[in-house]
Amino acid sequence: MSKMPKWADAILIPLISILIAFFFSGVVIWAIGKDPIMAIKTMVQGAFGSTQGVGYTLYYATNFIFTGLSVAVAYHARLFNIGGEGQATLGGLGVTLVCLSVPWPHWALALPAAMIGGALFGAAWAFIPAWLQAKRGSHIVITTIMFNYIGAALVGYVILNILKVPGSMLTESARFPAGAHLPTFHEMLAPFGISFNKNAPANMSFLVAILASVAFYVLIWRTRLGYEIRAYGQSESAAKYAGINPARIVIIAMLISGALAGLMAINNVMGEAERLIDNAVEGAGFIGIAVALMGRNHPIGIFLASILFGFLYQGGAELAFWESIPRELVVVIQALVIMFTGALDNMVRVPLEKLFLAFSKKKEA
Amino acid sequence: MTLMKSFLGAAAALALTSGTALADPAIIFDLGGKFDKSFNESSYNGAERWKAETGGSYRDVELQSDAQREQALRRFAENGFNPIVMAGFSFSTALETVAPDFPDTKFVIIDGVADAPNVRSIVFKEEEGSYIVGIAAAYAAKGDTVSFVGGMDIPLISKFACGYAQGFKSVKPDGKVIVNMTGTKPEAWNDPVKGGELTRAQKAAGSEVVFAAAGGTGLGVLQTAADEGMLAIGVDSNQNFLQPGHVLTSMVKRVDNAVYDAFMQGEDLETGLFVMGLANDGVGAAIDEYNEALITPEMKAAMDDATAKIISGEVVVHDYMSDETCPAFDKPGE
Amino acid sequence: MSAQNEAGRQETVAPTASATAPSVPAIELRGISKAFGPVQANKDIAISVAKGSIHGIIGENGAGKSTLMSILYGFYKADSGQILINGKEVQIADSQAAIAAGIGMVFQHFKLVENFTVLENVILGAEDGGLLKPSLAKARKLLKQLSDEYELSVDPDALIEELSVGHQQRVEILKALYRQADILILDEPTGVLTPAEADHLFRILEGLKEQGKTIIMITHKLREIMEITDTVSVMRRGEMTATVKTSETSPEELAELMVGRKVLLHVDKKPATPGAPVVQIENLRVIDEQKVERLKGVSFEVRAGEIVGIAGVAGNGQTELLEVLGGYQNGTGKVVMNSQEIDLSGKHSNGQTRRARGIAHVPEDRHDEGLILEFQAWENMVFGYHHAPEYQKNALLMDNAGIKAMTQSSMDKFDVRPPNPKLEAKSFSGGNQQKIVLAREIERNPDLLLVGQPTRGVDIGAIEFIHQQIVALRDQGKAILLVSVELDEILSLSDRIIVMFDGQIMGERIPAETNEGELGLMMAGITDTKHETAGADQ
Repeated sequence: MSKMPKWADAILIPLISILIAFFFSGVVIWAIGKDPIMAIKTMVQGAFGSTQGVGYTLYYATNFIFTGLSVAVAYHARLFNIGGEGQATLGGLGVTLVCLSVPWPHWALALPAAMIGGALFGAAWAFIPAWLQAKRGSHIVITTIMFNYIGAALVGYVILNILKVPGSMLTESARFPAGAHLPTFHEMLAPFGISFNKNAPANMSFLVAILASVAFYVLIWRTRLGYEIRAYGQSESAAKYAGINPARIVIIAMLISGALAGLMAINNVMGEAERLIDNAVEGAGFIGIAVALMGRNHPIGIFLASILFGFLYQGGAELAFWESIPRELVVVIQALVIMFTGALDNMVRVPLEKLFLAFSKKKEA
Repeated sequence: MTLMKSFLGAAAALALTSGTALADPAIIFDLGGKFDKSFNESSYNGAERWKAETGGSYRDVELQSDAQREQALRRFAENGFNPIVMAGFSFSTALETVAPDFPDTKFVIIDGVADAPNVRSIVFKEEEGSYIVGIAAAYAAKGDTVSFVGGMDIPLISKFACGYAQGFKSVKPDGKVIVNMTGTKPEAWNDPVKGGELTRAQKAAGSEVVFAAAGGTGLGVLQTAADEGMLAIGVDSNQNFLQPGHVLTSMVKRVDNAVYDAFMQGEDLETGLFVMGLANDGVGAAIDEYNEALITPEMKAAMDDATAKIISGEVVVHDYMSDETCPAFDKPGE
Repeated sequence: MSAQNEAGRQETVAPTASATAPSVPAIELRGISKAFGPVQANKDIAISVAKGSIHGIIGENGAGKSTLMSILYGFYKADSGQILINGKEVQIADSQAAIAAGIGMVFQHFKLVENFTVLENVILGAEDGGLLKPSLAKARKLLKQLSDEYELSVDPDALIEELSVGHQQRVEILKALYRQADILILDEPTGVLTPAEADHLFRILEGLKEQGKTIIMITHKLREIMEITDTVSVMRRGEMTATVKTSETSPEELAELMVGRKVLLHVDKKPATPGAPVVQIENLRVIDEQKVERLKGVSFEVRAGEIVGIAGVAGNGQTELLEVLGGYQNGTGKVVMNSQEIDLSGKHSNGQTRRARGIAHVPEDRHDEGLILEFQAWENMVFGYHHAPEYQKNALLMDNAGIKAMTQSSMDKFDVRPPNPKLEAKSFSGGNQQKIVLAREIERNPDLLLVGQPTRGVDIGAIEFIHQQIVALRDQGKAILLVSVELDEILSLSDRIIVMFDGQIMGERIPAETNEGELGLMMAGITDTKHETAGADQ
């Protein structure tokens, strides 16, 4: 049977799914007595209409790129890592310890060190479930989700008992030294004469995320390790036949996955908050699953899906600010997008495939 | 109920967006959401009272993520809202960053402190109010054990617990106060089931009166206390009516007054640090028709006496947050 | 069998026996066509099968046999054409309608619930009411009758997962009979069976035929067609090329009709000229994860320039033998390869180290082991050898462009069709998939080639080519260890035959000096000296 062209699979289906999701969101907005057109306008305007909006959109997107890549790496090895939330939380701790332990003279020194700290902590948090899966057969879905809770409790404890500024009521660490301040887009673009809103949180980490996407592509499709990860993911028995050590692949794939999730902390902890707050990840680890799913586990797809979710977050915030649309509804819109792009993929795919078949038949005739 | 309120709230807000006065006030609710039956809702009630009385309009928003704090402050300030009130100590870092950029806008932070000339910081002496309800608990308990259920384990909640323990021990110096926190995550504010479990465990350990300072979790504490035949003490708003006859009293914290006052004073409000204690009716123990029967004259006299002594300065209640220790705790640093 | 049972069977199983005149075909297809997009899977198919006969449908993979049967069973709807049952046109919209029309289907991959008992599986979907008990009791009675009558004996209370493949297939047949099927369709029924099980199946089918049932058997094995069918239809590229009486045709003619050209059915090879031993195996043992000893002390050698064939019923240790030699199953004992001992367990015992020692392996299961079906052909062409220096661009990256070029030339050389390195492995036919695996392993110029089931699920045209390649490698002086459950293949390819039973070697034979009968006895555990061994269930 002939299939659809690749571009239809990669672009058309998600696009149609998003449009359907927006349609239903519009219906919901209309049902509570608001103007859906106005709402969409507010969202688009808020997310892309100003450098401030773009700055927020890209800030959120940066988080999602990291967690999306994290989920995708594990997925290529057929491992469903839903522990991105916990790994990113621990990554935040790693970044914080690096940033607070040394009076950094310049961000160019602090950033690589913080990346190592975040990646190491994230990877370490992924290592335990990976080891349990590889050596003891404990299901990674269960262990990673449990480690989300343990991670949150652990970091909460560390903040409260070790990192908290004495006398402060806030459950957060001390502010990072000025030398650990990552340039925001405002500071990065100023030398080129481009003015960007100075308060938007998008920062250097966005470039790191893009680099990570490129590295992801090279790893998965150009290296022996990536080859082995994909081979193991497709067929464990074949991997064994080829002499690939399954335990090794499980552990390495999860370490990379955890490291990518941990790297997210250079954006939200180091780039934005510049201190470690409790619950800093705020669900980005879970959004990463939707992003990877929608992005077909490919870095370009993940990048685009991250921008989409960044838009939903920032546009959703603007909706809440100016349209008095309750924040629960913003969550509903996000859920609709996840549902239509992820879970209900086949609803669009099957009719579209038929359409393409009919079309190609006609052309032949 | 909440859904209905959401609809009404949304509809009301819609009606308001039509007319745009230049200097409307605005309020930003914290992550818990405005209908949390506690702190945020109390602020919301203050704003609504102002609206009902003056016929004015205000803008509000509920945050979804921490990164939105600064964003919300800026977006409101940019668009000319004044004053901008925020409910919750978590705003202090964001506010210190934003306030200097908008010198003509007045900001009001409740429960937290931000150091800027255009900011009014309102803090409450929760330890004083808690001290008074601690005395009530001591008189209500036949034995010598009472307890406390906190929400998320943060210093602010220990402040409640510490004041409560001090008040209790001022009557029963050898008594015991069991202190439990629901959790270390924000979810701890909204876990009535766990609140109920903790209450049951405390009862098993001999507690007769439980003080809940735990947001939505506290609703479970109150419910369980009523089921188990214990007495409960509510927090923040007057919760006496929730379980009539089973709520000994409520340690009210007049957040609504703080919001109402700020909105009333508008752009010309005074800035600086405002400490709300027993002396200026910022905190207190609520007595109404739902709990009158539970308050014995003897108890009432002791509470009034302590209130007078605290106001006069004769009794100083230790503030946990000043040094993160509590002289009345069995185990320090709890 | 009691008289009462006899009566019951008449009532429930063959109620329509007298309804139709003998001249009306039990099933007739007229002008059936079906297209999937641009692919014409069935083109104007016409068959007529007489009542009480066994009809074979033979054709290469992808000839359209399975599509045709799916139409008969209501999985697909034909684009055009008619289906007549007992002379009356019927519409088969779904499998329920097929069952109502008296059609029963036994699929190649059984549709059984593994953790249900035989009885539960038989009544599944055909329960009489909300309560299971009456249905179960009725089924139990009927099952007993059927098993007595047709050698269909199965323990009604056994769990499916505990049964052998042959027994599972019997459950499928019982399911169809329980639903009062008069026309039984079997799709590649012997693909998973041992020769003995296949013989048993054929006896069952003969019995059913005598009772007036009509049987349609789809297969690509010429021997079976010749053995059991009355008439046979040949399909090629969606068309029915011929329908003949089995007694009036020959395997050669059928093969030619299937492939469209003359096919060499026996392997043309020169006598072997064995050289020095390449691999010497002494007392090789394998204990699997369930702590069952699968290989119980096997010793033999394979010399350069010879093909040693391992004959045996599936599951008697051949798989473990290949796996331990291929490096992905641990074992004990001694294996000397080119006069150097190799590790049979531990860190250095894996597929990579075996390949480094000159052992190549065409595994028994190309779908689960030999290939990654989702990978493109070029990615599969280096599978297992992906660490080889010539496939690397630098220390970090693989030389993807170089691998694609290499794949292209290998595909041309091994006649893989379509010769497109970027096509996913799953898009190739069985024969072409096997050619990819074979090309990969042979092109690495190994000293020892392990080959498991080289032609399983491979069409006739490709079988010829694959056999030629294996013989050509032998003629280059390489050692080849062949494992196959197809006795024909073992007999025609091997220079020496080793028969395995229950993890042990039963004996060794020279092909010219033995025959299927003798090998069959040895495979069943009956030794040279005619001493019977326990457990010869098959």
